[in-house]
Parts: sequence; structure tokens; C-alpha cells
Amino acid sequence: MAIGLNLHRFANPGRFLRLAGALLPWLAAGAAVLFAIGLYLALIGSPPDYQQGDTVRIMYIHVPSAWMAMMGYALLGASGASALIWRHPLADVAAEAIAPVGAGFTFVALVTGSLWGKPTWGTYWVWDARLTSFLVLFFLYVGHIALTHAFDDRQRGRRSAAIIAIVGLVNLPIIKYSVDWWNTLHQSESILRMGGPSIDPSMLWPLFVMGLAFLLYFFAVVMTRMKAMLLEARHRSAAFAR
Amino acid sequence: MGTLGSGGFLAMGGDAAFVWPAYGVAALMLAGFAWLSWRRLRSAERALERIAEADPAMSDDA
Repeated sequence: MAIGLNLHRFANPGRFLRLAGALLPWLAAGAAVLFAIGLYLALIGSPPDYQQGDTVRIMYIHVPSAWMAMMGYALLGASGASALIWRHPLADVAAEAIAPVGAGFTFVALVTGSLWGKPTWGTYWVWDARLTSFLVLFFLYVGHIALTHAFDDRQRGRRSAAIIAIVGLVNLPIIKYSVDWWNTLHQSESILRMGGPSIDPSMLWPLFVMGLAFLLYFFAVVMTRMKAMLLEARHRSAAFAR
Repeated sequence: MGTLGSGGFLAMGGDAAFVWPAYGVAALMLAGFAWLSWRRLRSAERALERIAEADPAMSDDA
């Protein structure tokens, strides 16, 4: 109950707008600095892999993109639940802000993975569990965006989109464990695994810096989009009132 | 060892054709979303400012 009350303190758009106004410059500046450091480490400061050579550098954008794609979808599902169950007034705005950004990260993860697959596996694409479930993630995002805009009654579109967001959550554990449950060309988990990460610190650090840069970027862009949508809504009601 | 030679930075050990398009796609997506979101916010702010100028009573809760 206390958590619910606390969450609703941020339900007020005015409060959110002030919070976003205070956070956005820091998120944007932090992302810019971390991208500069991360790109240097990824392209120059880290060694080529002893087997993959320089193609391993694709990892520093592929893996963070995939992280953001999955985190974005988890947030999309949570927003859908908040909208349907608690009628949280910001939840629909959050979902509409997140979906295209998440779709963008999913697309980048798929394309960079394909470009990494060709030199290392010998193929751009294979219909195995990890790749296919990630393609499904992309279609879930696209379906969410399409449903949001599919009805003249915006509220109906948002409710339908919230349902697909929640149903699609089942795909997240499938993606995560696909490399363990099925035989797949994709390598298995090397960061969040029992016994600690299996990749060398000289590659782990650039990956973490890039991951953090992607994370700050994600929230900066989503907050900017939410802020823009709330101001657009304020403008619509002000124009209507005149 | 120049930047363009076979051992250079841009050659990426012979894998330039895979590494640079991957970074290019990521850069386009990241820059594109950042720019579009920022532009959308700016135009929303400007639209509200115009209303506030036309009718100051509308902008009391900004």
C-alpha cells in the first residue's frame, strides 16, 4: 500500500515534468561522456579477440542494444499493467514513449548481430531459438506501436496495446534462456552467469561503460518523449478551452 | 601503420565491412531518436509559449 501511494506521488504530470526537467540535463550529459569513453575503449582501448579479431568490437554495441531492447520491453509490460490495473495516468504516456525506442534498439541488436554473425558463424541469419525469439520481440514492439494508433478512439488503442505488452512479456524469459533450452548457434550467457563473467576484464569494462551509456541514453530519450507528449496534451486542452 | 593501411585503424584487421556498418546503424538510430525527441519537445514547448503569450491566464500552472 505504501509503495502504491509513493508511486502515485509521481502520477501527477506536473510533478513528473519537474522531475524530468531536473534529471534530463544530467542524463544527457552523462550519456554523452560515457559514450565518448565507451567508444574509445571499444574501438581503440580494448584488444582484438584471439579468435574473432576486430569483429569482437561489434559486441560493445550489440550486447547493450539487446539489453536495452529487453529492459524496454519489461518496462513496456509494466506500463501496460499499470495502465490496465491501477489506471496510472502516466502509464500510457510511458508506454507510447518507450515502444518506438525499444523497437529501435531491437532493430540495432538484430542488424549488428547479423553483421557479427557473418564473419564469426559464416551466416547473417539462422532460424534458431535466440535469433527467432528476438525477431518476435521486434514484432511485438511493432504490434504495440500499430495497435496504439489503430483506433480513432485513442483510449481503445492504448488498452489493446497494453494487453499485447503484457502478453508479450512471456517472450522475455524465452529470449533469456533460449541459449540454454535449445541448441543454438548463439553463444550462451557470459555476463550474468553462475561463477561470474566469463569474459576478460579488458573487454568487460568497455562493455559495462557502453551499457551504462546506453542506459542513460534510453532514459534521457524516453523522458524527453514523455515530456513532449505531456506538453502536447496540455497544449491540446488549452487550445480546446479557448 | 597508417589509419587506412591493412593494419590500420579503419581496416579493423580486415573486418571493416562488418564492424563499421554495425557502428553506423547504431549511431544512426541513437542520433536519430535523440534528435527527433528533442525537436518534438522543443516544438511542444514553443506551441505552449505561443498560447501563453496570446492568453497569459492559460499559463498559470506551467
